[in-house]
Amino acid sequence: MATMLSVRGLYKTFTLHTQHGAQIPVFHNLRFDAASGECVALAGASGAGKSSLLCCLYGNYRPQAGTIAVYHDGAHTDMVSAQPREILEIRRRTLGYVSQFLRVVPRVSAQDVVAEPLLALTGDREAARDKAAALLARLNIPRSLWSLPPATFSGGEQQRVNIARGFCVDYPVLLLDEPTASLDAANRAEVVRLIHEAKARGAAVVGIFHDEEVRDAVADRLFHLDAYKAAA
Amino acid sequence: METSLHAAATAAAFRETPAPFAGPAPGPAPLLNVSGLTKYYGDMLGCRDVTFALWPGEVMGIVGESGSGKSTLLGCLSGRMAPSSGQVAYESERFGVVDVHRAPEPVRRNLLRTEWGVVHQNPRDGLRLAVSAGGNIGERLMAVGARNYGTIRAEALRWLREVEIDATRIDHLPRTFSGGMQQRLQIAANLATGPRLLFMDEPTGGLDVSVQARLLDLLRNLVSRLGLSVVIVTHDLAVARLLAHRLMVMRRGKVVESGLTDQVLDDPQHPYTQLLVSSILHA
Amino acid sequence: MSLLDDALLDDALLDDAMMPGAAAFLAEKPAATVDRAATDAGARISTASQNAAQTTAQAAPERDAQYNYAYLDEQTKRMIRRAVLKAVAVPGYQVPFAGREMPMPYGWGTGGIQLSASILGPDDVFKVIDQGADDTTNAVSIRKFFVRTTGVRTTESTAEASVIQTRHRIPETPLTEDQIMVYQVPIPEPLRWMEPRESETRTMHALEEYGVMHVRLYEDIARHGRIATNFMYPVLVNGRYVMSPSPIPKFDNPKLDRSPALHLFGAGREKRIYAVPPYTEVRSLDFEDHPFEVEKWDECCGLCGATDSYLDEVILDDAGGRMFVCSDTDHCAARRAAGHVGPMAARRDLKELADRTAAE
Repeated sequence: MATMLSVRGLYKTFTLHTQHGAQIPVFHNLRFDAASGECVALAGASGAGKSSLLCCLYGNYRPQAGTIAVYHDGAHTDMVSAQPREILEIRRRTLGYVSQFLRVVPRVSAQDVVAEPLLALTGDREAARDKAAALLARLNIPRSLWSLPPATFSGGEQQRVNIARGFCVDYPVLLLDEPTASLDAANRAEVVRLIHEAKARGAAVVGIFHDEEVRDAVADRLFHLDAYKAAA
Repeated sequence: METSLHAAATAAAFRETPAPFAGPAPGPAPLLNVSGLTKYYGDMLGCRDVTFALWPGEVMGIVGESGSGKSTLLGCLSGRMAPSSGQVAYESERFGVVDVHRAPEPVRRNLLRTEWGVVHQNPRDGLRLAVSAGGNIGERLMAVGARNYGTIRAEALRWLREVEIDATRIDHLPRTFSGGMQQRLQIAANLATGPRLLFMDEPTGGLDVSVQARLLDLLRNLVSRLGLSVVIVTHDLAVARLLAHRLMVMRRGKVVESGLTDQVLDDPQHPYTQLLVSSILHA
Repeated sequence: MSLLDDALLDDALLDDAMMPGAAAFLAEKPAATVDRAATDAGARISTASQNAAQTTAQAAPERDAQYNYAYLDEQTKRMIRRAVLKAVAVPGYQVPFAGREMPMPYGWGTGGIQLSASILGPDDVFKVIDQGADDTTNAVSIRKFFVRTTGVRTTESTAEASVIQTRHRIPETPLTEDQIMVYQVPIPEPLRWMEPRESETRTMHALEEYGVMHVRLYEDIARHGRIATNFMYPVLVNGRYVMSPSPIPKFDNPKLDRSPALHLFGAGREKRIYAVPPYTEVRSLDFEDHPFEVEKWDECCGLCGATDSYLDEVILDDAGGRMFVCSDTDHCAARRAAGHVGPMAARRDLKELADRTAAE
């Protein structure tokens, strides 16, 4: 199995300058791999840095040291030292991320929010909207809502729109931050099916799953962050 | 025309001298290469030692509080203000690599009318208020030689549609437009000659929130659909997050932090950026 | 009833030179009332009959030796001639010159008068027209001014004149290589309507950035369905400079194109001189789908029947009666002398008016 993600010597700490330079260490010397077709569940106590690790992997947080090699375009690229436009390109084609909350863009309909990443990748508006419609349908978003901006949707609906958006492109690497939180059983099961399909096509999935049922259903192994907890 | 011949000759001269930033760039070259850009007003600092490259299709936000040097930097980048030192090299479609501040004035002015656009915070600075909406859009076309009224008018109508202004307003004066419409008209007027690079100075400043949202959405779509490169100055971090791929944070004339937009906003490193993010986003 | 406030003038010369005849004064006024309008029409006819009598230039009168020849001192005239040379060398380019204070207000033709003063020689034959007429206040006054200061011979015949100073018209009679036209220009900068900054308009001229001139024409078409600019219609000279042809009707624009005569333009207030040398291309700006066109009239001249000249509308009464007459009085008179008769030339009321005005 090809290694899609390879993390070495990762060190992350927050320095809060607005609070007299307080240091909040997150993890140090973290080492982690994820291979094609496997799902790794991040484990650890609350505050262990699970979400921070996902953010670092996505290039959203800047680690203080270490490398994050993402297999992109037939080679490994280091997310830590990459230029902004390289990171954007990796995100566009290789790295998908489902955050806990949907970032709402004014005036854009739910269907277009979901279709946007695929449209940006292929430029084929029709195909992107078709795929978005299929995903919205699978996640039980009423058709009447598709043409509305999701700003006024309920939390659960927004989360499902967010998941649909994350799965619209068949990313080789998927980062999931509690995708099933606040979902009912039927939608949880649908998300589990989506993750299985992603693994089946060879995606490496890294996720945080608080729901043990879901975690057991999708995870191939657990990665414990507690061991990398940096001393305060 | 003589000007274009002259400009072409100048451009040829530019190509002969080695491009100041020519390097082993893989794939396409940056559109804008800025190095050590510094501007003093007497002994007052405008901006200091700004260096970056802007690639085709990239939207770069310049954020920072008022007086941090954002607008000075924008003025120097777009060739409308002479820097004290430093260089701005622009990869022009027509002239090749142009050293913006050493290029002859005709080349600079030509770029401002053709390959570049400037969107001012106050639409009055970018529009002729005594000229109809259609005339404002048509001006850039006529400036580059369009001499067919029907064609000019058709183009004006097309761009009005693009910026969601009703076609019936084409012969109205911009002073009868609302602030949001004036700003959209200014954008249309800039886009008429198909520029590749837009400089925007607080394009949503002074507009109320719903009008702002509409303008932002419009800009986002136009920029991505037309593949424009943009340098946008704003003090509004929400605007920056929505439009910009990357950010430069300025304070007292210097760039204190730069990077991917969500990096800078979600994991700010510099004390000033942290202050900016905490005081604005979580106000 | 002098049009000038005498107190403003310290030069007795003007007191005399600017005193207009009654008919000319009325012709200058808007034709608002029946009487005045009718007198105006009569004045034109009477002028025309006088013209028929004096077709040859008058003998050279005495000049008033108390003034330097042509009023201006020799150095000033030399300076202006140098500006003229430069203007001729760069057709359409506005040459700044050190305009002098003249003994009359700006707006009365100070630019044109300084030009005429600098180029008039003792052998010249001088003609002055205002709106096409030789007998209006401005024309009469300027003619008297130069007669007194130079003793130059004057004429109302276009063909006989060697220098023609004009306000707002080019004569209908084709000009020749031996003639110089001198125009009075109120606003020399054609870009001014779009761009108020002088520094910017100069740069625009230097870089040939003339797109805004078409914006003005675009606005015309958008608003009126056609190019409604009728006066000061902008032209491109020698394929290089955009120029204001002074407030002549656009009817006269084609006369500038490759004209054998030298055309000099003088703006006194703004202190600019520009020129169209003989046989220079002068193109009126337009759009491909809205080409330049001159004014047309359904009527002919009521007095001489001309169908190819620029016509003025004259109100005859307060019942909507009106007639069209040639704006160029010399042209009209010459045609009538040659036997051309317009549809209204025989009207008794008009003839009476003409006789009465002539008697006055």
